[in-house]
Amino acid sequence: MQTQSGGPVGQSVPRVDGVAKVTGTARYLDDLDLPGAQHGVTVRSTIAHGTFDGLDRDPAFDWTGITVVTADQLGWGKGLAAGGFGENYIAMLDTDQPALLPMGGCIKHVDEPLALVAAPTRARALAARAALTPRQTAKPPVLTVDDALAADIKLYKDDNVFKSFLIRKGHVDDDEFEIAMAGAATVIEGTYETGAQEQMYIETQAMAAWPDAGGLRIAGSMQCPYYVHKAMKVLLGCGPDEVAVAQTVTGGGFGGKEEYPSMLAAHCAMLASAVGGPVKMVYDRDEDIAATTKRHPSRVRHRLGLRSDGSICAIDVDVIMDGGAYLTLSPVVLSRGVLHAAGPYRCDVTRVRGRAVATNHPPHGAFRGFGAPQTTFAYERQIDKAASHHGVAPWEFRDRHALRAGDTTATGQLLEASVGTDDIIRAIRDVAGAAPARDGINRHGAPVKRGRGFAFYFHGAGFTGSGEQRLAGRATVRATADGRFEVLASSTDMGQGAITIFTQIAAGALGVAPELVRVPDPATDEVPDSGPTVASRTCMVVGGLVERAARTLRLRIEAWADTAGVKGDLGALAAAMFGRKAELDPQHGGIAETVQYEPPPGIHWDDATYTGQAYPCYGWAGCLVDVEVDLDTREVALLRCVHAVDVGKAINPVIVKGQIEGGTVQALGWAVLENIVYKDGRVANANMTNCIVPTFADIPELETVIVECPYPFGPSGAKGVGEIPMDGPAAAVANALGDALGVAFDRIPVMPEDIARALRRGDA
Amino acid sequence: MTAYLRPATLAEAVAARAAHPDWMVLAGGTDLMVNANHRPEPPGIVDLWGCADLRGIVRSPDTLRIAAGTPWLEIIRHPDVNKHLPILVAAAREIGAMQIQARGTIGGNIVTSSPVGDSLPVLLALDASLDLASPRGRRIVPYHEFCTGYRTTRLAVDELIAAVIIPLPDAATHLSWRKVGTRAAQSISKVMAAAAIHVEDGRIVWARFGLGAVAARPIRAVAAEHAAARRAPDAATARAVGDALAGEITPISDIRSAADYRLEVAQNLLMRFVLNAGRA
Ligand SMILES: Cc1cc2nc3c(=O)[nH]c(=O)nc-3n(C[C@H](O)[C@H](O)[C@H](O)COP(=O)(O)OP(=O)(O)OC[C@H]3O[C@@H](n4cnc5c(N)ncnc54)[C@H](O)[C@@H]3O)c2cc1C
Repeated sequence: MQTQSGGPVGQSVPRVDGVAKVTGTARYLDDLDLPGAQHGVTVRSTIAHGTFDGLDRDPAFDWTGITVVTADQLGWGKGLAAGGFGENYIAMLDTDQPALLPMGGCIKHVDEPLALVAAPTRARALAARAALTPRQTAKPPVLTVDDALAADIKLYKDDNVFKSFLIRKGHVDDDEFEIAMAGAATVIEGTYETGAQEQMYIETQAMAAWPDAGGLRIAGSMQCPYYVHKAMKVLLGCGPDEVAVAQTVTGGGFGGKEEYPSMLAAHCAMLASAVGGPVKMVYDRDEDIAATTKRHPSRVRHRLGLRSDGSICAIDVDVIMDGGAYLTLSPVVLSRGVLHAAGPYRCDVTRVRGRAVATNHPPHGAFRGFGAPQTTFAYERQIDKAASHHGVAPWEFRDRHALRAGDTTATGQLLEASVGTDDIIRAIRDVAGAAPARDGINRHGAPVKRGRGFAFYFHGAGFTGSGEQRLAGRATVRATADGRFEVLASSTDMGQGAITIFTQIAAGALGVAPELVRVPDPATDEVPDSGPTVASRTCMVVGGLVERAARTLRLRIEAWADTAGVKGDLGALAAAMFGRKAELDPQHGGIAETVQYEPPPGIHWDDATYTGQAYPCYGWAGCLVDVEVDLDTREVALLRCVHAVDVGKAINPVIVKGQIEGGTVQALGWAVLENIVYKDGRVANANMTNCIVPTFADIPELETVIVECPYPFGPSGAKGVGEIPMDGPAAAVANALGDALGVAFDRIPVMPEDIARALRRGDA
Repeated sequence: MTAYLRPATLAEAVAARAAHPDWMVLAGGTDLMVNANHRPEPPGIVDLWGCADLRGIVRSPDTLRIAAGTPWLEIIRHPDVNKHLPILVAAAREIGAMQIQARGTIGGNIVTSSPVGDSLPVLLALDASLDLASPRGRRIVPYHEFCTGYRTTRLAVDELIAAVIIPLPDAATHLSWRKVGTRAAQSISKVMAAAAIHVEDGRIVWARFGLGAVAARPIRAVAAEHAAARRAPDAATARAVGDALAGEITPISDIRSAADYRLEVAQNLLMRFVLNAGRA
């Protein structure tokens, strides 16, 4: 089904939003002129667990013009039409997370929203917030996954387990599994921990809401307008047409604007309804870091059973993720985590277990990679230990045991087309060169140790299992009266280049210049639901829809022109067609084609046993990292990072490179710098001074190799690129540190303090 | 509305300060702006940025005089500072990044007097003095007497810093500096150390060690200095310096680092400085 589109596809056409962003004319939510808009702020809990007993107002404060909203005054159950609200929870997967905690309710985390304030100026809103004091009664909190599993304190059901998985391959029960494991000549066993991570998008969370034509309009910074729409229908108690959600120019998301924007939208809606006019909420940085979702901290136990020839006879993985106080998206994050946990290695007997548990941390949530970086860290540390146990060079060991076409994954998925293993192995081998000399002296005169580490990994592109079928995403391409074209999809551009890619794909399929194609900012009353902007699916899945819609539209216009005897380029034909009113599609005010997702043939997935085709296809990647450790300061310098990623087809090579480099930097930061410090359930370093992310000075010149093993069902062969670069570099760094120092680093971030302690203990 | 004055000279600034003791004194604003959201608005601001005589670097035969309002970038680019005080340049280069260096001043760093102020250990190692101005006149205070505790100094309420005076080290004095921060740029120090080590005939005659982020204020490591004096700059001396340091500082653990790490790295840095002085 590969197209012959050619044209702009494969070219690095400039970002269509580039000039506006660089010159500052792009208008983010906080730049928008919303006449009369009031400023909303949030009153939050200060304890991790307890009860919300009441809200005290400082009588000395001047309350004129201030609106204070608590959950108790909102008319739940009445619905929007009757001037009230629907149900007080954030509709996502479960109903456990209140949008605003009612008085008497159970506080489950620090910085949980308790009340809202609106005022004509931000300064007044902040002053009013300072004059409000919640009364809270503290209970003992659950702050570790072990305490969560002990379930002495119950936060979620009886066992504090949000979700668990068990995936078996090549055995029927645990006894049979242990027999297979017992057949191993060697068992490599390890426990791996990864920390929380902040997305640190440049634009903080921002949203506005205002009453509009008897309903409510919401606009803001978000990845998934239809997620917000779904949550609003439940919260407001209204039909789909009474609330509309529009994305504004979004300054970064990385998953952080996948589920959390529904919370801001809910709060803006409550305040807008209370003041009867527009309200906007823009979090400041400290609040954003403290209160919004982060990557799930994880602990992975991993056993690798090896035969004497180094081949793998059994893999046993047990994954625990700290989901935080509410369920949010944890089951889905865990799902992706367990589905990748056995790694891209040949093995007939695997058992993967996973649990996401409830604690009194603020909810952890979506972050680029979505569970896979955590489990990738574990298996790639394990593979490194196995290679060294067998005395085989690390990259060679991976080459010997990695999955190829014809092999099956841990879910029993038979890999057919688009397996990039050999190309990745070769790409890294070609550029690797010699490892750096072990010992040296740096510019400070300090002795250093150097080392090299590798990682090999894969990442499922698109939704898990039957997710895409269930979602049945749609996209529209339409012609406009002036002979131009528009792509209507709910996929958002948050800086990753989605609208440029769509422009290229549509222009290629239509056979017109990219300048003739426009991708408007999505709003739920204007674009069909093409699904959320997540899971590395935008280019592969929605791009595929755009390509098909564009091709269908082109055929329709050309067919009409044939019969009508009109000649010219497609734009001219479309403009001529507009002259004949009968041809216009009333729903989209023009000539439009909408297509819906159709699964590639032969997809089988069993949700009950978690077996079958977990993903339509996989991206493949390899990473090489050279490190240097200063023995005076234990600081880690990253000398070199080569990253080869199989993306199927680079629709826009510069954008693809940007995605790979950006993901690589986030992964390197997660490995050695980014350390969320929780203290009594509170983020203790909730500011940019202390919540460290890498700067350009912290990273080496990145060497990126784009590998293209086309996926037959993606647009021009493209598959996902957004998440895979995040998965592997952290393991490569830890492996390199192990090589340099002869010490195993099984927990990230590896801070200089950790290295100092390890060396002092004489782990080496 | 906050009142605002922008004096053109130090004398005018001193007068403005005396007339409005409760106003905020602003230089580059790079420390003050960080806390703008967390502190009540001051009744007024005296902005020093327009004082021509609070800016610039003057060399005399044995000192460099750096006016307090001189921004870091000017210090970094000044040939005399590069020639005579390379560790001040090195420290300045690690303050924030270029934007901050263009605006932030040496006077602001000194008056904020944070335990992690990056220039402060260097000023200790270089034995700098401060020229202070008030309506009562001028006085010179040795910098090592200036910081009294956690963010407290001997600056009187009506005083401004006019300049920093730094004696020029001679060729036999080895200067060293190292900052260990949370990352490579835009970072707060976890440990920093500066040293001036005077070596004659293969022996250390005297040493001055300035340390930051290991105590409530920037400090001189006096016991370590004694351990170095009158000994060869070799491994045994380095060890003695490290041991002495362990007896005189008790760093803390906080969200940025840990006490054991801070001590170990501070020791390593001073030991390295001693060894490097021997090698040069
Ligand atoms: C992003 C960022 C990164 C930073 N990184 C670093 C870093 O790496 N290392 C570091 O040490 N610092 C750092 N800082 C802090 C700051 O930049 C420095 O301390 C700078 O030197 C302060 O100078 P200033 O002129 O901006 O001070 P201001 O903010 O203007 O003033 C600071 C204080 O000094 C007083 N003051 C200023 N001049 C005088 C004077 N002549 N007489 C009397 N009082 C005076 C003011 O009243 C105020 O109390 C950083 C700041 C930011 C925002």
